[in-house]
Amino acid sequence: MARYLIPLAMFIVLLGFLAVGLKLNPREVPSPLIDKPAPAFQLERLDQPSQVVKLEDLRGQVWLLNVWASWCVACMQEHPVLVDFSKSGILPIYGLNYKDKREDAKAWLAKNGNPYSVSIVDADGRVGIDYGVYGVPETFLIDKQGVIRFKQIGPVTPEVLQDKILPLARKLQG
Amino acid sequence: MMSRLFLVVLLTLPLIAHAKEAAPTADDPSLEQRLMTLAAELRCLVCQNQSLADSHADLAIDLRNQVREQMKAGKTDDEIRTWLTQRYGDFVLYRPPVRSTTALLWVGPFLLLLVGLVGLGLYLRRRRQVIGQPQLTEEEHARAQALLHPDQGPPTL
Repeated sequence: MARYLIPLAMFIVLLGFLAVGLKLNPREVPSPLIDKPAPAFQLERLDQPSQVVKLEDLRGQVWLLNVWASWCVACMQEHPVLVDFSKSGILPIYGLNYKDKREDAKAWLAKNGNPYSVSIVDADGRVGIDYGVYGVPETFLIDKQGVIRFKQIGPVTPEVLQDKILPLARKLQG
Repeated sequence: MMSRLFLVVLLTLPLIAHAKEAAPTADDPSLEQRLMTLAAELRCLVCQNQSLADSHADLAIDLRNQVREQMKAGKTDDEIRTWLTQRYGDFVLYRPPVRSTTALLWVGPFLLLLVGLVGLGLYLRRRRQVIGQPQLTEEEHARAQALLHPDQGPPTL
């Protein structure tokens, strides 16, 4: 009897591992930047190239940094969620326009709506690399002290917004 | 006719399309060599089964450029690795450091080997007990002696 039970038990254990493995998302690389100060940047505004926005300018508020691009397909998917959310005025959303052409980006916002308080231009992707961006869209929740508290890799869904971002943001807003 | 032509075009396409290696910038071959050696140990985040050296993803190209710049600025390989792990975590390293979270990864194979060896030992011991010591009768013993040392006595056969 044991002769059959042992392989069966091993098979079931293996099956368990495989089942868990199927549910894991290998694309989701945990960011080492959580609970670390957001990397500094100094970037031009999308709408006004003459104006520069620095990280320090955004201190003192809880805000979202959304990395987006007009060439990014998944950004289209999350965009209505962000547009809706921006109307609530709970959190300001700053857009990091990642490796995009200025004209394309402006046209894209004009067409799809602009949820961003300000969009800044990361044309060569350097700031993106500082933030550990490896796929667009990505969204960071940053607190009043400029510390990254949460990172969403991939599109922000209404569920992510309601269950993860909002409760944490309320807590951080105090 | 048209569809046949289309088929011919389709079949010859693979001959034209071929993969190309990441083109090194040739201004400093030794630096390029160093870059590629380091990049071969780093994982591309976009196409995770490729190293940073092989990948053609935009991000990989950007990262190679930044690594190249840092090398030109005199940074050591270790400093560059640290710079990358600060942004992307240990995930970028194909050779992860030994930490509490990676301990199982490093020790696991040896644990499995140990389990296997213990299992093998137990199995062999049990088998020996089942077979037991061979018991020879007096007669068999004498015959074996005779066969082994024919000069000491006449063969019984």
